Amino acid sequence: MTTTLTEAPPAKEPETAPRKPRKRGRLVPYWLLLPGILWLVVFFALPLVYQASTSVQTGSLEDGFKVTWHFATYWDALSDYYPQFLRSVMYAGAATILCLLLGYPLAYLIAFRAGRWRNLILVLVIAPFFTSFLIRTLAWKTILADGGPLVGALNSLHVLDVTSWLGWTEGDRVLATPLAVICGLTYNFLPFMILPLYTSLERIDGRLHEAAGDLYAKPSTTFRKVTFPLSMPGVVSGTLLTFIPAAGDYVNADLLGSTDTRMVGNVIQTQFLRVLDYPTAAALSFILMAAILVMVTVYIRKSGTEDLV
Amino acid sequence: MAAFFRWLRGKFVVIAGLLTLAYLLLPNIVVTVFSFNKPKGRFNYAWQDFSLDAWKDPCGVADMCGSLSLSLQIAFWATIGATLLGTMIAFALVRYRFRARGAVSSLIFLPMAMPEVVMAASLLTLFLNMGAQLGFWTILIAHIMFCLSFVVTAVKARVMSMDPRLEQAAQDLYAGPVQTFLRVTLPIAAPGIAAGALLAFALSFDDFIITNFNAGSTVTFPMFVWGSAQRGTPVQINVIGTAMFLVAVLLVLGGMIVSKRRSKQAK
Repeated sequence: MTTTLTEAPPAKEPETAPRKPRKRGRLVPYWLLLPGILWLVVFFALPLVYQASTSVQTGSLEDGFKVTWHFATYWDALSDYYPQFLRSVMYAGAATILCLLLGYPLAYLIAFRAGRWRNLILVLVIAPFFTSFLIRTLAWKTILADGGPLVGALNSLHVLDVTSWLGWTEGDRVLATPLAVICGLTYNFLPFMILPLYTSLERIDGRLHEAAGDLYAKPSTTFRKVTFPLSMPGVVSGTLLTFIPAAGDYVNADLLGSTDTRMVGNVIQTQFLRVLDYPTAAALSFILMAAILVMVTVYIRKSGTEDLV
Repeated sequence: MAAFFRWLRGKFVVIAGLLTLAYLLLPNIVVTVFSFNKPKGRFNYAWQDFSLDAWKDPCGVADMCGSLSLSLQIAFWATIGATLLGTMIAFALVRYRFRARGAVSSLIFLPMAMPEVVMAASLLTLFLNMGAQLGFWTILIAHIMFCLSFVVTAVKARVMSMDPRLEQAAQDLYAGPVQTFLRVTLPIAAPGIAAGALLAFALSFDDFIITNFNAGSTVTFPMFVWGSAQRGTPVQINVIGTAMFLVAVLLVLGGMIVSKRRSKQAK
């Protein structure tokens, strides 16, 4: 990036009249950036510094907290709450895979098969964004209700026997089980998968498909060798946009789950807003942040789409 | 196996895609249907009787419409703030080469790559340390903060695809910098700015996690819904949910029809 910049001198237009003083012009980008960047520094970066300092404090609500470089909080938080961490990664991972499996066909449908229905389907994918997601998550309580039509149908098909055996559900109920939480997470973050997938699929030149067909590639081969590799940027950004918020979510686990399905977000929320144990809560959210940053970095390296970010 | 994959490519995509669409819309259908329910107890989870009561009196629940109007106000100001700041950043990033460009880009990217609960908790730590009064202003500050990056991304995408020669042409025709910006640059960037603003509005209006941490005792609409999930959801919540969905569909479809007409006229 920098090498190309130094090699290519700024394009000069010799024919135009002398411009206004250069110094003023050079400051323009900084004036444009200043208010927004200041906002992000003060209300995004600085809070993280405060939180870092909170996580190494000790004390109590009555006597106040002091920075004592008490790193043991991290260890305690991790050993107390590793089941919730593990659960968060597993639920978010399952939801991400489900989102990819469910979202790909729909994105493909919108990009290549929808024809004049394309805009309508896109609207139907985006419009739920404008209905409060809490209302929609509560609707899942009705859909998955004990003895409701869906649970009844799954029961008579013996699906619930299998899922119970796998530990995803309990007996003949779905609500308050891992399956319900994963279902809610998948539902809530599905548009975040579909839209990037659609954008990258839409960019693919249709002639590539024809060329593959002309070269006697079977439709499945075309998909495997042409379409899917070309949609990789969408797959990567879609999975990130699904996994990261899902791993930190506590709404689905709270509304659709039980105490056995609590995720790390639930713990952070409770510690911060109810127990008021700020150091533990701060340490927990730092561990979550670090874990996600590491996973995301490894994932981006592995998928070879570093230029994406 | 080959026949299976041929069938997979032929029909599977359409069937699976439509099933996913059904999965996406099922809760909205349930919300709509249950807005006509007449529940016996406090919880509106089981179908009892058809009634139009909730639609006739959507504000019949204490505090609900107040929280709704508060959410609309916050979303309005957050949209204005984030769109203004975000558009400026987007222009600076696309149009100018300057030092610290990489650092600025990553500062923009990070809020989108961070779980909301982490941002929410750290912001609360800051507010607690500053001794700030939690309420309208802290919510607004937080909303502008997390909407900003999304606006930058949306506007950047549009400005990047814009031909810089159009502006040079305007200047060759003796348009001043202000005139060039207002008559050429801004109209071309407008769809990106509009998309960013729309996104910011939706994100702010719907945000629960960050608001939950930084609202103090102030109740926005998502927080009202959250509280009602514990106390028993009034049918009116479904009425609002249905109305919002319909308004969104009509607005977006309307916008699409208008832009289609415009592009036809342009041809």
